Amino acid sequence: MADNTPAGSTTDGAIQVGGPKQPIDARVSAPASYDVADFPVPHGREEEWRFTPLERLRGLHDGTAVATGAGVKVEVEAPEGVTVETVGRDDARLGKAGKPVDRVAAQAYSSFEKASVVSIPKETQLTEPVRISVHGEGGVAFGHQVVEVGAFSEAVVVLDHTGDATLAANVEYLLGDGAKLTVVSVQDWDASAVHAAQHTALVGRDASFKSVIVTFGGDLVRLHPRVVYGAPGGEAELYGLYFTDRGQHQEHRLFVDHDTPHCRSNVAYKGALQGKDAHAVWIGDVLIRAEAEGTDTYELNRNLVLTDGARVDSVPNLEIETGEIVGAGHASATGRFEDEQLFYLMARGIPADEARRLVVRGFFAELVQQIGLPDVEERLLAKIEAELGASVA
Amino acid sequence: MATLEIHDLHVSVEAENGPREILRGVDLTVKQGETHAIMGPNGSGKSTLAYSLAGHPKYTITGGTVTLDGENVLEMSVDERARAGVFLAMQYPVEVPGVSVSNFLRTSATAVRGEAPKLRTWVKEVKGAMERLQMDPAFAERNVNEGFSGGEKKRHEILQLELLKPKIAILDETDSGLDVDALRIVSEGVNRVRETGEVGTLLITHYTRILRYIKPDFVHVFANGRIAESGGAELADKLEEEGYEAYVTKGGVTA
Repeated sequence: MADNTPAGSTTDGAIQVGGPKQPIDARVSAPASYDVADFPVPHGREEEWRFTPLERLRGLHDGTAVATGAGVKVEVEAPEGVTVETVGRDDARLGKAGKPVDRVAAQAYSSFEKASVVSIPKETQLTEPVRISVHGEGGVAFGHQVVEVGAFSEAVVVLDHTGDATLAANVEYLLGDGAKLTVVSVQDWDASAVHAAQHTALVGRDASFKSVIVTFGGDLVRLHPRVVYGAPGGEAELYGLYFTDRGQHQEHRLFVDHDTPHCRSNVAYKGALQGKDAHAVWIGDVLIRAEAEGTDTYELNRNLVLTDGARVDSVPNLEIETGEIVGAGHASATGRFEDEQLFYLMARGIPADEARRLVVRGFFAELVQQIGLPDVEERLLAKIEAELGASVA
Repeated sequence: MATLEIHDLHVSVEAENGPREILRGVDLTVKQGETHAIMGPNGSGKSTLAYSLAGHPKYTITGGTVTLDGENVLEMSVDERARAGVFLAMQYPVEVPGVSVSNFLRTSATAVRGEAPKLRTWVKEVKGAMERLQMDPAFAERNVNEGFSGGEKKRHEILQLELLKPKIAILDETDSGLDVDALRIVSEGVNRVRETGEVGTLLITHYTRILRYIKPDFVHVFANGRIAESGGAELADKLEEEGYEAYVTKGGVTA
């Protein structure tokens, strides 16, 4: 599949070893900041904006988007022992995972009025997931969510986005020493929604963070899943699935900052695309700083183009500033579901629509298994079926 | 008794300067229980015949008829042909990433048999067939044709032949790229299916080598897009000695 890149796609990754001539941090148009005023209004030529259709951001990027009353409704369903609070801007737990890295995230940070903080006390094993539902009510909203997991606790959090909204948000995951957190973020928006968010995890000593990002809906979704390590021994698994349909723009910009020794990261994102002007963007930035000896990292992005007219931009970037590492690698490939594959399956009696389902389900199978929540997995498979059904019709 | 009848079949492909005729009036009848070897030089149209019968969209039928027990095969879609009992073992089976062999075989068997095979008997059936073809059980968990060696691909094709039990099996250069051991194992697989007496076999090959393992009832020499000569197994011996030269100079190669 790797040698079969359809017209209208890029996979120009890079591995840079040694002194950074142009470090990942320097490619952005402004350093990270909590204040929106520190970022110039993007015009589309900036490295971090060049794939994004700014005109479809509904003013989130230039200050013209203003929060409305009916933005999003947030509901948290948490098992016993979990504290759920709504706090003001001055709460000390906000902003600890890191600064916003682009103007929209900074806009969200500068504009939100109330934040939600979910805390799991130390040494607690949750048997049920925490479910955070973000339901769009048609307006503009700026959100801030913190999930704090105490030392040696284990938790699963589902962040479920539905409805219609123009939403810019920051989500922070704070993992104490030895904590284990799995987050499943589902972007199941209505077709008109616009969603830009930064999800940053601060991984404590020997802690494990697992993120599964599932993006289906929306007119435009642009997410920054990011990982930073607070102490050695941390581990991050970042998985993602997206199904980009006609006219949709779905962009995932990952950054793993290995600035601490003996940490691990593993990234695997897979996307299927179909229909005219379906556009998926995947940026995988991994930086291994000089002090991060003993790092072990791998990132992978695979795309499956089901029809003509879809476009994929997949750019893995790996920068290595120390040779004292366990391993580092990346892979990116975009393949087409080809007529020859279809012929082969049909020649074994399998009807065309079933053949397509078989291939797409197979393509996503290993990542669907990573979710570990039967209700979310079933919903996801049902969505895939529905999307495929729509393509045949 | 199942019968495949090909009558005056003409087939073209789209080439740079318009359609190019490759099959120029093929007549052939294959009955259940019979084995027909189709032999011929490169470019004579052997593979085109195989793919046209399976319904590959690249080939346009410009004339003639193909029927299976009186049913018009040419009107059927690719999957309908397979379900009607036409099987094509491909020379170059394609990779299907993300789909495991076991999932593929079961989906395919369900489609061809019209109902899902009972799980317990199915597992046994697949396991037995794989053992006979000397395939590692781990093979079932690999993705279809992904990273398979040439020999593994051909064994996988014959495994499907054994499981799908077609009425008409078209084997397109199944012998190509196989070493002696693999050729023997694959041929034995084909013979097991033939011995049931329920399949008509169309064995397409460039070389006579495979005919030492699979004895044909009829041998047809393919040249210039049609059958140039037909005979019994002895015709293969003649080809072994004399090659295709006589046919090539007579008609010219179409390639």
